[in-house]
Amino acid sequence: MDMKANKKKLGLKEKYAHMTRGLDWETTYQPKDKVFPQATFEGIKVHDWDKWEDPFRLTMDAYWKYQAEKERKLYAVLDAFAQNNGHLGITDARYLSAVKLFLTGISPLEYMAHRGFAAAGRNFPGVGPRVACLMQSIDEVRHAQTQIHALSNYNKFYEGFHAGASHQIERLWYLSVPKSFFDDAFSAGPFEWMIAIGFSFEYVLTNLLFVPFMSGAAYNGDMATVTFGFSAQSDEARHMTLGLECIKFMLEQDPDNLPIVQKWIDKWAWRGIRVLSLVSTMMDYMLPKRVMSWKEAWEIYFEQNGGALFNDLAKYGIKVPDCIAQCTVDKEHQSHQLWLTLCTHSHAMGLHTWLPDAEEMDWLSAKYPNTFDKYYRPRFDELRERADKGERFFANTLPMLCQVCQIPMLFTEPDDPTKICYRESEFQGEKYHTCSDGCKHIFDDEPEKYIQAWLPVYQLYQGNCWPEGTDPTAEGFNPVAKYLEWCHIDAKDTGDYEGSSDQANFAAWRGAATQNT
Amino acid sequence: MAVTALYDYQYPAADTQDKFHGNQLLFVGWDDHFLFVAPLAFSVSPNTKFSDLVEKNLTFAYGRHADWAKVDFSKAVWLKSGQPFQPDFNKTLAEQGIKHKDALRLQTPGLNGNGTCF
Amino acid sequence: MSTVFIAFQTNEDTRPIVESILADNPHAVLDEQPAMVKINAEGSLVIKRESIEERIGRDFDLQELQVNLITLSGYLDEDDDQLTLAWKN
Repeated sequence: MDMKANKKKLGLKEKYAHMTRGLDWETTYQPKDKVFPQATFEGIKVHDWDKWEDPFRLTMDAYWKYQAEKERKLYAVLDAFAQNNGHLGITDARYLSAVKLFLTGISPLEYMAHRGFAAAGRNFPGVGPRVACLMQSIDEVRHAQTQIHALSNYNKFYEGFHAGASHQIERLWYLSVPKSFFDDAFSAGPFEWMIAIGFSFEYVLTNLLFVPFMSGAAYNGDMATVTFGFSAQSDEARHMTLGLECIKFMLEQDPDNLPIVQKWIDKWAWRGIRVLSLVSTMMDYMLPKRVMSWKEAWEIYFEQNGGALFNDLAKYGIKVPDCIAQCTVDKEHQSHQLWLTLCTHSHAMGLHTWLPDAEEMDWLSAKYPNTFDKYYRPRFDELRERADKGERFFANTLPMLCQVCQIPMLFTEPDDPTKICYRESEFQGEKYHTCSDGCKHIFDDEPEKYIQAWLPVYQLYQGNCWPEGTDPTAEGFNPVAKYLEWCHIDAKDTGDYEGSSDQANFAAWRGAATQNT
Repeated sequence: MAVTALYDYQYPAADTQDKFHGNQLLFVGWDDHFLFVAPLAFSVSPNTKFSDLVEKNLTFAYGRHADWAKVDFSKAVWLKSGQPFQPDFNKTLAEQGIKHKDALRLQTPGLNGNGTCF
Repeated sequence: MSTVFIAFQTNEDTRPIVESILADNPHAVLDEQPAMVKINAEGSLVIKRESIEERIGRDFDLQELQVNLITLSGYLDEDDDQLTLAWKN
């Protein structure tokens, strides 16, 4: 890299002041509150927008320069990947399930984040946050584009990469989980959006997604994902800083903001934790070569790092969210409960699952000495026994879903991992079910919002999830098959990895790459 | 608490019974059998006799577990919304007050997948 | 005291940066992971422009760190000469 620093230019602090202040004007023919209609309704009081400062002091000129540099690096690697059969460098094509989950579940969120930050930037009356939100909005659309672009190299060779952003994010049952998370945030006001995405997701949780994931991708030979991942992550550091700045700003502006901010932190910590629980399966089960367990990543990036943050926020009166106690229990169980769910439902998913082999189960025992052998090994043994008899088990009836996180009601009671956690609320004469105290609390606080949830299982039963022209009264009508057709899922995309075309193709092509016949 | 909004925030619920073409949603979970990872969702007529629910819907789903054939329904414990509930097998769902989106929980003491809860 | 950290991609651009950080922060601990190098430090961590310039033999703008940065933790403050990460409690 050869970027000469010129000392004659303005210093960083001066440049930041010039390029993020005084850009505004006072309105004349419209009152200010008509121009910024979303600035006050959430109850957040702001007295001096100029107190908002981006600690990186990044200005638009520098932003373009460094983003261009990142893009050049990324696309050089993607060319090399495409030219050199990079897809054969991965440890095992099983690994691609993690990438498929990322492409279908995370990349569309990047696009939604792009829209959300554009809207937040539009709605904040202060120039500092507007510039920061503008940059983040551009970052997010770059992430969506580079992810789809990088992974299109896999789409040339493997199943399940073809329709994530175009059709599946709005239709597929497990993708409604991340989608509803962002819908929830985007339909709130700009300040809640900043706490939801800027703070909870970006600051508290994004490390759990990107850092171990990308390190895992590197460990498993996936050059394309590592490159877009780290390229995106280099922006995340700035986003995290913005999220933290934002919360500090709200808390310092007015003491009345504290209870509102606390409520949002409690809500969005739990919403984020539930969404990210899908990542736990990736770390513990989907990576053929594992970097660290979900529990270890949780301890480093959530307990230690989040702990440091909450220690610091204590001076403003912020308390650690109540849900943390539940998380300490869940970290021992979550990945196993979720992987068992995916394993028994992948006949209706756009990616493959598999039962862990003996060596993998020993790794899991070592990483989860308190829970794996006691609760989960016998379950995998039973599934293996059925599979060996040619009866690989897939559920034949759709599951009940949580009204808030939209995950099947698979989570267990805080004090008993052998009992499903059922929570129930009533609103306007209708029953609503949630998977945990955390989700019930969120429902009870804003029932008007969550009663509208688009819950895939119930939508399917209402007949809303079939291709146009489908006749559900026809002879031999198969609702799940029609549902998958509607989701643009082909039979080749689904089921166990064992016997899949991904498995066969990867073996054949890798063989061809190392032999002359 | 109501939603904090710029306007009167009122939207219809997505899953009211009128949208299920004469059926109702019914949730059933079988404790200690995690082969079925979560309680199941059924779309059934309110005129379904409880015995039909058990023999058709539940048996279709749960019959693949060896314990299902061993369930003694005279001793089984049912919960509805977490409270003890004594179903009448000869009555329909509607006749015994099993409403749209009720969650039933079946407990079969002694049966737990040979101690694995699976 | 809480830990702050900063992580970079492992590459030739970041090698002299990491060396500088470790030299300027004797309490910092290096944690090398696949494709990533993470530096953990109790309380605070400082990155000095001059130390990096000494090692690379050219002028360096601290904002160049953006290109290879992966993640960080702690409150950040950046000016022309140094970038600090710290927990204020």
